[in-house]
Amino acid sequence: MPRHLYADLAWLPPAPADFRSRIRALSEHGTGAAIAQLATHALGDNQLARLAGTIRSLAGSNADLAPLTPFRLGVIGTGTLDLLIPALIGSAARHGILLECVQAEYGQLAQEALEPGSKINRAGCDAVLIALDHRSLPIPAGLADRAASAEASIAFLDMLREGFCRNSGAACIIQTVAPPPEALFGSLDRRVASTMRGVLDAVNRQLVERLEGTPDVILDVAALAETVGSAEWYSPEQWNLAKLPFSATYARLYADHVGRLLGAMRGLARRCLILDLDNTVWGGVIGDDGMDGIRIAQGDPTGEAFLELQRTALLLRERGVVLAVSSKNDDATARAVFREHAEMLLREHHIAVFQANWNDKATNIKAIAEELSLGLASMVFVDDNPVERGLIRELLPQVAVPELPDDPALYARTLLAAGYFEATAFSGEDRKRADFYQDNAKRLALQQQVGGVDAYLASLDMAIHFAPFDPTGRERITQLINKSNQFNLTTRRYTEAEVAAAEADAGVFTLQVRLADRFGDNGMISAVIARPAAPSVWEIDTWLMSCRVLGRKVEQMVLRELALQARARGIRQLIGVYRPTDRNGMVKDHYARLGFRPAGEAADGSARWSLDTATDVEAVPMIVRRTGLHAAEAAAAAAE
Amino acid sequence: MDQIYEALTDILVDNFDDDEIVATPELTAGDVSGWDSLAHVRLMLQVEREFGIKFTATEISSFKCVGDLARSIAAKTGRN
Repeated sequence: MPRHLYADLAWLPPAPADFRSRIRALSEHGTGAAIAQLATHALGDNQLARLAGTIRSLAGSNADLAPLTPFRLGVIGTGTLDLLIPALIGSAARHGILLECVQAEYGQLAQEALEPGSKINRAGCDAVLIALDHRSLPIPAGLADRAASAEASIAFLDMLREGFCRNSGAACIIQTVAPPPEALFGSLDRRVASTMRGVLDAVNRQLVERLEGTPDVILDVAALAETVGSAEWYSPEQWNLAKLPFSATYARLYADHVGRLLGAMRGLARRCLILDLDNTVWGGVIGDDGMDGIRIAQGDPTGEAFLELQRTALLLRERGVVLAVSSKNDDATARAVFREHAEMLLREHHIAVFQANWNDKATNIKAIAEELSLGLASMVFVDDNPVERGLIRELLPQVAVPELPDDPALYARTLLAAGYFEATAFSGEDRKRADFYQDNAKRLALQQQVGGVDAYLASLDMAIHFAPFDPTGRERITQLINKSNQFNLTTRRYTEAEVAAAEADAGVFTLQVRLADRFGDNGMISAVIARPAAPSVWEIDTWLMSCRVLGRKVEQMVLRELALQARARGIRQLIGVYRPTDRNGMVKDHYARLGFRPAGEAADGSARWSLDTATDVEAVPMIVRRTGLHAAEAAAAAAE
Repeated sequence: MDQIYEALTDILVDNFDDDEIVATPELTAGDVSGWDSLAHVRLMLQVEREFGIKFTATEISSFKCVGDLARSIAAKTGRN
């Protein structure tokens, strides 16, 4: 069943399969970081309740749960809130808050606010959530009696807010009220002041005005209900059954919205948006598709989708969110798009830190945080590639990494639905913040790699599959040979007929490589052609790889297979050739990195490298499968 | 029917965080620690969601044991 963006909080990764054992581990030695990490998943109602129980018992035993920030929230409202409380506690941890809830007695509203000794006023709350809807407001049943009910409702809400303020000093979080879907006239309801819609429209409008100049904060439940549909939001069945003020389907969404607000009140909202480029900011891969091939044009449905994400990023920047880039690309290639592509909305001067290089992204994101003097917990990282997302979640769990839907048309909506940049105010200062960071930013050179990459690679459950060229793979092989620009050692282009000829030639060794991992099948990602150059010597005529699997040591495994197959055929030496183009700078040191020795340079600038096939190429943790390789080779493989 | 009981067992285990619970026709709320009126509402909502069905308030108040619940699910889903 596909996940519903809002009801299922689809921007969060699904709950881990071992949730229950993680909860058990937490209750024994829970840390704030581990709680926050678990809360970052899209937990179900029961899972949230379990997490809330664990948080409560850890907090009760005075465990140190830093970096979570303690927050005591009074809660009053319409109907039964008991089901909501665990969701509030579990979801608040997602936003850096260690939440404790103090609940009023059922149905007591005015007493709680006005009596200095009431449960909430006594508790020393940091804030009070006033979760009221129309059923608790003084709105009479008959139309004729509703003449001043909007004003009366506002007066009632003012009284509650002022009561809590006077008696406990706590700020209030007050909700707008969603008009229920049952219309009395129809469209006319909007114009008749005494209909429920007429009254609630007036209440919501006046409520917003009343908050001006107070420390109180709005929770826009009307907008939330509008987003999911008010007929979905209000459930008459559940109200009748258990006095649930809105459908339990949206308890998690509601709780996440409260959590965001609490985080924002404590200055914990995110402040920096880090964007991947290829297939995130534009469609396609700039290094392969080139300036004319990437898709960002108006009028092209795919291009429009990426433009929408760019528009969203620019709007966020205007409200003070700092923009940064982390992309696996050559710096010059990536920047050229920002400088020269006519359709680009994002330009270089919008980006505070621009990291286009071949380092792993964890290293880049740490560098961006350092450069901006922002903590990792201020960062949001948007990338279409699930492997990159997984890597960052694993290595830098403080960074928020939204899941993205398959269709880029929904990227912008998903990013905004996640509510990473929640705020309680918007000032002139905010408008200038992005520029401020920008002025301070300078370009970074990155050397050191983040640790733990190997462990992450092992956790990917990669399976590599080797086979010689065959008719089934021929079309894709030809496509790779003609399209790959970046990870391409010689950039020799061959037609499908030439590929077929290599395939048929017993003297030529060919290899097509596929890679699968726990996120799915990446398909064919690499191709190699080796030709006899001298007795017992192969020259690597072609070696290319899809940039999608960069940084996963696939090339090391390909070399291992190549050396193995060469040995099985009595080959003693491999000659690697690097032919520089303006696109393939990233593989300049490819052979050096793999342990080849320099073997001279040709007049055309191409470099030759040599490797003894007896060299032991270290294995990378992945399952190896072979098809179509002769028995002798398999035996050699087995003997190894 | 076995499938329905299996699914109900999973839901009960998940709801009450107790691996020992097995959905049997005779099982009642009184047999399970924590199965109060609020937990009952939560449980019914989850059953509705998992089986893709709806109960009326009258139906919910008529369930006296897990057997009643399972029969109602079978009737609504057409599964046996």
